[in-house]
Formats: sequence, C-alpha cells, structure tokens
Amino acid sequence: MQRPESVLMAGARDGDVAAFGELVRRHMRRAYFAALGLTGSHEDALDLSQEAFTRALRASRTLDPGRPFYPWLYGILRRLCLNHLRDGRARSEKLEVAGSWLVDDVRERAAAAGPERSVEREELRRRLAAAIAELSPVQREALVLREFEGLRYAEIAALLEIPEGTVMSRLYAARRALAAALGDEL
Amino acid sequence: MDRLDRTRELLMRALDDELRPEEQRELDLLLADDPTLRAERERLGRLKEVTGEMKLRNPPEQLWDDYWNSAYSRMERGIGWILVSFGVIVVGGWATWQFVTELIADTELPPLIKAGILAGSLGLVILTVSVLRQRLFVRKTDPYKDIVR
Repeated sequence: MQRPESVLMAGARDGDVAAFGELVRRHMRRAYFAALGLTGSHEDALDLSQEAFTRALRASRTLDPGRPFYPWLYGILRRLCLNHLRDGRARSEKLEVAGSWLVDDVRERAAAAGPERSVEREELRRRLAAAIAELSPVQREALVLREFEGLRYAEIAALLEIPEGTVMSRLYAARRALAAALGDEL
Repeated sequence: MDRLDRTRELLMRALDDELRPEEQRELDLLLADDPTLRAERERLGRLKEVTGEMKLRNPPEQLWDDYWNSAYSRMERGIGWILVSFGVIVVGGWATWQFVTELIADTELPPLIKAGILAGSLGLVILTVSVLRQRLFVRKTDPYKDIVR
C-alpha cells in the first residue's frame, strides 16, 4: 500500500533518503514535463528537473508535511528553468531539432488522409512549437500549465502564487501571440 | 478592472470551459455588439483546437528507471566537489603561505630575485584564474559546444 505523501515528507524532512526517493518517483514525470514545456529541450528538462530534486533534498529540512509536495518543488524548478532561459543557455535555441519536444496527436490520422495533409500538419506543429518558443517565459509557463498539464485557473494561480486574473492575462497575451504567428494556418 | 481586461478574461474563460452561467450571458452580450470580438473569439477558438491536439513528447521509458539514481548521484557529486574545493583552498592556501614565508626568510637569495619569483608566481596565478574563468564563460555561452566534429 502507498504511504501518504505527508508521511513521506515527514520522513524526508527527518533525513530518510528512501522516503525522499519515493517522493521523487511520484513526481518525476510531472516535474520533467513541466521543465520540458518551459525549456523545449529533453536534455534541459532532464537536467533541470533532476537538479530541482537535488536542491529539494538539500532543503528537505524546511519541508512542511502539512502542505502538498509538488507546489514546493515546482517553486524550485521554475526558478531554475526561468534562470536557465534568462541566461540564454537553452539548448532548444541551439541544437534540438526545432519543436521536436511537441507531438501532434492527430498527425497519424492526418497521414491516413494523404501525404499532403500530413505535411501540412507537420508544418503546423513546427510553426506552433517555434511560436511557443518565442513567448516570454511567464506566458509560456501559463500556456504549458493550462494546455499540456490541463490545470484549471485556480490551480495555476495557486501554483504560481499569483491572482487568477494574472493567469488569464498571461494566457490571453500568449494566445494572441500564437494566433499572430500562425497567421493563415488558423 | 477595465472593460477591455474584463472582456479578455471572459474570452479566456470561455475558451477554457471556466465560464459561469452569468458570465456566459455577459460574454454573449459583448459578442453580439462587437464583430471584431466575434472574429477574435473564433480565431482563438481555432488556436485552442490546434494546441489541444498537441502534447509533450514522451521520453524513452528507461529514463524513469534511472531517474532517481541519477538525481542521487548528482547530489553525491555536488557534495564531493564541495569537499574537494574546500580541501584545495585549505591546502593551497597553506602551501602558498609556506612558500612566501620561506622565500622571504631566505637570506641567500638577493631581494631582486625574490621579487622576481613572487611576481612570476603571482602572474601565473592570475593567468590561470583568468584562463579558467574565460573557459567557464565560453562553456556556458558557446552555442556550438555540444557539436561533435
């Protein structure tokens, strides 16, 4: 039977590395995908999400078992990712094949409709990924949390510790920019 | 909140299925009066469809098996580097102090040679630190560092 998260957090706070390891296993996918959405690079996402866990382990004495683990971890992860983007170290700008972090869910269905349709979908995916990469980090973050993590406004606001109105204004700005970038594709 | 911000909020809530019934009525009234807003609503709706059809790429499944071990090793290496750095600073500082005091205490060497040795040593330290800092800076910012020739 799974141990409750609060028990694992209390254990991790008291120096139980195995309990912390269990917390990592429970949240590693979500942390990785959050970083992937922000950086657009598999290598960076892996590197930054693991770094967030190691920093969390170092700071585990400050864990509060009365609160959920992920928002605390996300605070560390987002600082790492935003610093990374600000420093211009994102590999997505350099090496990663443009937009390969994003997958088109309906491309296979489109392929069945003919190669021309498939090429159109691939072009759309590529342009969308490029347009997302051009967004400001905070707009991109709001978009990723809403579109790819499927969080509701109240959840995003709680995670980022900002008002819901700010979530919506960031989303609006992000979507306007994407719509402008995609132009005739829409 | 001004009218423009309110309209944008309603648009976002409508796209993301977070509109309350009274807000739906408010948006409907705004849309009925404003063709530009209707066009924007339609365009953002199409964008929402497109983004809804995309997802983040899954990494190889094996990544999850090694994830925790890898993160733990990273932490161990961090502790290792801290200890090594501490040791190098302490031993290096002590060795430098010994070297300088012995050089100054040496009565056989002429003062000019002592000054030359000290200046040369100091210059070497400055050059080493400068080259290391430069290499570290290039490593962080070089866009081609990961390209294998």
